[in-house]
Amino acid sequence: MPNRAFRDFALVALPLLAALAVLPFVYSNQLLLFNFILFLTLAQGLNIIYGFTGFLPFGYVGFYGAGAYGFAISVMHWHFPPAAALAVAGGTALLFGLVLTPLLRLSGAYFAIANMAAAQALYQIVSNPALENVTRGPYGVSLSGVYAPGPSYATALAVLAGTLGVVIWLRNSNFGLSLRAIREDRISAAMAGVSVVRSRTIAWLLSALAAGLAGGVFAWHISVFYPEAAFDFSIGIFAIVFTLFGGAATLAGPIFGVIILYGIYNMIGIAVPQYFQLIYGGLIVVLALFLPNGLTSLLTKRGIRVP
Amino acid sequence: MLFHAILAGLVFGLYFTLIGLGLNLIFGVMRIVNLAHGDFLMLGAYSAFWLFALLTVHPLVSAAAVFVVFLALGIPIYYLVVPRLQLSRDSEMLSLILFFGLSQIIEALAAIAFGASERSIPSRVLGAGSARILGQGVPISWLYSGAVSALAVLFVYLYLYRTRLGTLTRAVMVSRDEALATGIDVDRVSAIAFGIGIALAGVAGVFAPFMFGSVTPPMGAEINVAAFAVIVLGTLGNPVGTALGGMIYGISLMLMQTYLGSWSNLLPNLLLIAVLLVRPQGLLGTKVRHA
Repeated sequence: MPNRAFRDFALVALPLLAALAVLPFVYSNQLLLFNFILFLTLAQGLNIIYGFTGFLPFGYVGFYGAGAYGFAISVMHWHFPPAAALAVAGGTALLFGLVLTPLLRLSGAYFAIANMAAAQALYQIVSNPALENVTRGPYGVSLSGVYAPGPSYATALAVLAGTLGVVIWLRNSNFGLSLRAIREDRISAAMAGVSVVRSRTIAWLLSALAAGLAGGVFAWHISVFYPEAAFDFSIGIFAIVFTLFGGAATLAGPIFGVIILYGIYNMIGIAVPQYFQLIYGGLIVVLALFLPNGLTSLLTKRGIRVP
Repeated sequence: MLFHAILAGLVFGLYFTLIGLGLNLIFGVMRIVNLAHGDFLMLGAYSAFWLFALLTVHPLVSAAAVFVVFLALGIPIYYLVVPRLQLSRDSEMLSLILFFGLSQIIEALAAIAFGASERSIPSRVLGAGSARILGQGVPISWLYSGAVSALAVLFVYLYLYRTRLGTLTRAVMVSRDEALATGIDVDRVSAIAFGIGIALAGVAGVFAPFMFGSVTPPMGAEINVAAFAVIVLGTLGNPVGTALGGMIYGISLMLMQTYLGSWSNLLPNLLLIAVLLVRPQGLLGTKVRHA
């Protein structure tokens, strides 16, 4: 169905990418736009694993942090140029994903909790003072030598484009269909000839790669950060909430989720974090009870196909 | 030093059993992941703090009061949220998200009401100094927490195995559908189990200022991971298993703190992952969880 894929791209991905490419010339707060790109990438990366396979990685931020530190270590110790360091960032996240692949044997809540524990364990290892020579421990890293806001912004946009491309591919390919078949009924899918383990491992690693690259460009763009910033638990939770709010397994849903909720967050969340926490906690409860399939389900229920 | 670590580990293990007990009951009966467990514990801790600071209520009295009030609080929460949740396609996963939202609400309200500063209750309230057990000094406040925890385990055990309601509760644990089919009022049984789970979290909270030194509104998140490690180590739905999990957790935590100081905070996470991967049914379990 290449036509459908093209339509998804032309209707949703292209306008979004074009807007984000043009906006820095008319809007001066580049950091805010950059954060939007990061969360769009993370929400779509999470969409790959949660939307299409049903595995909910509560510690998704672990891949993001792994990417950020992969980038930081290859710049600090091996003096890699940013492009090579970004490849290391993606590789680190893939490696962490591979190590965690056995977790896919667990189901439901066990997977979510084990993944959360794994992300916390990685954070505790990275930020341990005993590893100061390798990761700079809790004292944070400084990569001012490679600081380049323009190119890193463009790279973040490219990473987002790639992630959107993966989601479009999953929505319009046999592989994506087989993933959704596994999500609905693993045993029937296996009987129909779908290789369950191989398919979900691929989705898992793609999802890890997206978050790792996002973490890498974060490290490059911010260039001075502490481990708490790279492993902030709420980053992964935000990605989950944004995706759920918009509607998982769609292309447009997570985008709506990020624009609406992260927009609200930037309006009120920074000034009065407690009140934002209260509102978004309430929002999560209401969502889970009344709209478990997200905003886009309001349209799909009426028979309208949402890209 | 080794002996002291093991002794302190046993006392902490009893306390961690109490922390895991309520979570285990709720997960066992309703297949609901109460990610707000640590936040109910935090509310219990603040109740004890304010009761002491304003009215100088003895923590043991606060514990009894918290148990009753939280039980009464938990049952309406159950009816508000859980029956609707269980209608959905993937209720276990959705419960994770919903109770995360609830934990955010509680944490935010607590931060707004109590501020971010650390609160503590002087430990001499429960008895000054430390008792000597087998030549080792153990703070008396820890012994109180351990004793209350042991009582709570006994209470849950008697409830589940010696009362009619407990028998019904175990029936719901084994199979919700079959329990419904035999005419058990599943909602009533579950609501009471939910209330007891929340009440146990509150009681654990009353002793948190003594065991952890101080309490803050965001403390819940860390407690959750420890509680999950404890109940996954033991076996779901089995209070004796939770006690075993608590003991192993407490002793290994104390040993790590004694010999590997800076790495000790890794323990709950690594223990949790290892047990889930190697023996997902828990140490006392015979049935494989649908892994």
